[in-house]
Amino acid sequence: MSKDKPEYLINRKDNQYEVVIGLEVHAQVTSESKLFSTSSTKFGAEPNTQVSLVDAAFPGMLPVINEFCVKQAIKTGIGLKAKINKRSVFDRKNYFYADLPQGYQISQFKDPIVGEGKVILDMPDGQKEVGIERLHLEQDAGKSIHDLDPKNTFVDLNRSGVALMEIVSKPDLRSPDEVNAYVKKLRSIMRYLGTCDGNMQEGSLRADVNVSVRRKGIKEFGTRCEIKNVNSIKFMQMAIEYEANRQVDLIEDGQSIDQETRLFDIKKNETRSMRSKEDAHDYRYFPDPDLLPLEVSDDFIEKLKLEIPELPDEKKKRFIEKFKVSPYEATILVSDNETSNYFENVIKKSDVKLATNWIIGELFAALNEKNLEITESPISAGNLSKLINLIKDGTISGKIAKTVFEHMMEGDKDPKKIVEEKGLKQESDPKALETLIDKVIDDNREKATEYKSGKVKLFGFFVGQVMKVSGGKANPQLVNEILKKKL
Amino acid sequence: MSDITKQSLSELIKNIKDKKLSSTEVTKAFVERSENSKDLNAYVTEDFSAAIDKAKKFDENPNLDLKLPGIPMAVKDLFCTKNVKTTAGSKILNNFIPTYESTVTQNIWNEGAILLGKLNCDEFAMGSSNETSFFGCVQNPIDKDLVPGGSSGGSSSAVAAQLTPITIGTDTGGSIRQPASFTGIVGLKPTYGSCSRYGIVAFASSLDQAGPMAQNVRDCALLHEVISSYDEKDSTSIDFKRNNYVKELTNNIKGKKIGIPKEYRVDAMPKEIEDLWKKGIDYVKDCGAEIIDISLPHTNYALPTYYIVAPAEASSNLARYDGVKYGFRANGENLIDMYEKTRSEGFGAEVQRRIMIGTYVLSSGYYDAYYLKAQKVRKLIKNDFDEAYKKVDAILTPSTPSSAFKIGEKTNDPVSMYLNDIFTVPVNLAGLPGISIPAGHDAKGYPLGLQIIGKAFDEQNILNIAYAMEEKINFKNKITDWWIK
Repeated sequence: MSKDKPEYLINRKDNQYEVVIGLEVHAQVTSESKLFSTSSTKFGAEPNTQVSLVDAAFPGMLPVINEFCVKQAIKTGIGLKAKINKRSVFDRKNYFYADLPQGYQISQFKDPIVGEGKVILDMPDGQKEVGIERLHLEQDAGKSIHDLDPKNTFVDLNRSGVALMEIVSKPDLRSPDEVNAYVKKLRSIMRYLGTCDGNMQEGSLRADVNVSVRRKGIKEFGTRCEIKNVNSIKFMQMAIEYEANRQVDLIEDGQSIDQETRLFDIKKNETRSMRSKEDAHDYRYFPDPDLLPLEVSDDFIEKLKLEIPELPDEKKKRFIEKFKVSPYEATILVSDNETSNYFENVIKKSDVKLATNWIIGELFAALNEKNLEITESPISAGNLSKLINLIKDGTISGKIAKTVFEHMMEGDKDPKKIVEEKGLKQESDPKALETLIDKVIDDNREKATEYKSGKVKLFGFFVGQVMKVSGGKANPQLVNEILKKKL
Repeated sequence: MSDITKQSLSELIKNIKDKKLSSTEVTKAFVERSENSKDLNAYVTEDFSAAIDKAKKFDENPNLDLKLPGIPMAVKDLFCTKNVKTTAGSKILNNFIPTYESTVTQNIWNEGAILLGKLNCDEFAMGSSNETSFFGCVQNPIDKDLVPGGSSGGSSSAVAAQLTPITIGTDTGGSIRQPASFTGIVGLKPTYGSCSRYGIVAFASSLDQAGPMAQNVRDCALLHEVISSYDEKDSTSIDFKRNNYVKELTNNIKGKKIGIPKEYRVDAMPKEIEDLWKKGIDYVKDCGAEIIDISLPHTNYALPTYYIVAPAEASSNLARYDGVKYGFRANGENLIDMYEKTRSEGFGAEVQRRIMIGTYVLSSGYYDAYYLKAQKVRKLIKNDFDEAYKKVDAILTPSTPSSAFKIGEKTNDPVSMYLNDIFTVPVNLAGLPGISIPAGHDAKGYPLGLQIIGKAFDEQNILNIAYAMEEKINFKNKITDWWIK
């Protein structure tokens, strides 16, 4: 790693502090039904309409593992270049809460389904590898709703039993920016795999953030605090910033850090103590006797490997090698599967360089402005490809193309039709241009004389006039040629 | 026919198939005897009028090809029965009416049987005398104020007193075999994974197993054939080829090797039990079987192991009874207060004791010393049996270290109560099948049972041995109907 790498440090009078961050990401498994029951997992249903007897923990009800969720977890493990454990064990994590019907959460404690792996981050100053400690499967709890009634709490069990993957990173992250890149990369990999939709608004992706600080140069980790259940990257970054500074202030003040669980208050932008280590739950983990150890064969894993699509890192490499796009452009183009698919569809029939510029430039800006995803783009890949070809073959200029693009954003119209209907076709007929240029020179006799007497700077003025009179449609190259002759 | 209730299940089936009896007549006879036997307190919930209606319906269009055509049957109140209250003998489920049916009971109704009602049991099947039930003690029909055993005490009492021709219980540490022994009936605990646990109120998931309780071995084999099935809804259910247990039933056990484990000669075992065991050995010898002395060296550790594993699982299994979703709820100041009041008032003393033991042994810092060690010992106990079965086909032991005791005699001494299960518990820990058959009486005329333990999935073999012994023993239960006025 280069020496001039911009480090994220917290500065105080005499000291500089490094921030050490580890993430426990809870990713909802993309699956029609829950981890141990057949109830639907669809988001946004009426409360308690997607609850089976198993989810509500009725007497005598038993969990049965959903094989699809197991496959999804293994695929994610493969995507994280991780060790797949052929034998894993479901444990019970025991605690009482109103939205936890069984009185325990079925999770994997000692023997997770996926072991150590890694994620590569593309940072502005180069790549960084973040270690994955483990990935395990577990059930989600229900939801307690405290604000519907002044006296009562309501419980919605629709989420109860939904499959989650808990992905635990090593404490390898060093700044809010790296956290941003890590979560985005993780989400991108899972979206490529189709194992988690990564939708943070719907709670499909949330994280517990472990933060500690240490004086620059010190090897040992400081005491960490865990910030629970943060559901957006922005909040994660804000929480880390606040928490790291809080810890540094305590140390500077000669105080020690208590290992504790904290909550991030988004309104006040601060973290607050939730419970101390002494009050930590004793979860009384033990293997769930209702479930046998989960055993998968080599064959089972090999078959899943065949289902793994090209992932962002490999795709990026291919884009750079095959299409000669820059690493920066490639990183953007492969950030999600939909974007890279869009790109590959556009360049099927049009120029790569122009396509790259138009997608990363105009298209992303326009989508951003309208708050749309690439999948919701009003301009189809086919039509963008046509627009690029119109530029390439000289039918329209780059400037006109922007106008056409704006029309296309209003609805997915064929750019050729827009050019025809609006009369935006580039004027490339030399005769017609000559007539036009003659008129411009005629109208500006004095300037033409000045030009001829050596004021060559005025050439630009004449080009501008011709373009103006033509309504921007004149072929700039031809205008240049003819003007030179005429003047 | 006034002697309908005296008939065995097999006789009743034959009479119904031969159209000598209708389901209605049979059902009415058992309902009437049950009505006259309320003093036994065997039932928690009676479903008599519905039973008679179902019997009438059956008779309108009888399907005589079924295995249990129109046979009325009461079942232990640990099995969830659709639209019929299911309490598990606990106040905390006093008002609980399931919307679903357990797989085992569904298998029974599918073969034409009719639910009579739900039978009393120890609270959440935790007990050896039926005295922990929220619904009170059950009387053993053998004698007044005698416990019927537990936890399937209502079931054993009801079969022995002929309130139901046959029944099912559950056995976690002896809860079928011990009450069968105390009431002079036959009780089979099948191999773990043979009968589905779906819809059975859980006590200790890795040990619980449903099984038949009957007046004789043939009836027992028939009901086992009906209830044993592979069930995808229970992840611990095992898909193995099940026998036609009745068709393959034989008293020919010539050449079978029967093991006698020396470790079961426990200290202070009453001479009556020792004599009974010897008699049992003679019976199997008479049948042409070979007796082989064996050793199960870790037997001594079975009871302490059981009283770690079972409470640990129970403490977690019973967490769902929290007053939030169903069952009893006590009002509280806040959530924690509601939990504490609900569970303090809703659970009885023995259940609370076991929840506390289980919570303790799973606590961080104690887990390795108790739960983990118990699991290791459990493995050793299983290995003992595996070793023994290299030499023998089955093992013969007493079912219990004593005959039935008086109500109240052991309620203040839990350890002495737990000792009742000393011969039955190792079988659950090893996941093996075991059957208790009545084999004689003690000096007071109370029945005593012998237990035959089999290899996993080898129910047919122990049923055959039991069947052969039954013929030799020719046991007669001494029941005087003392409770009927």
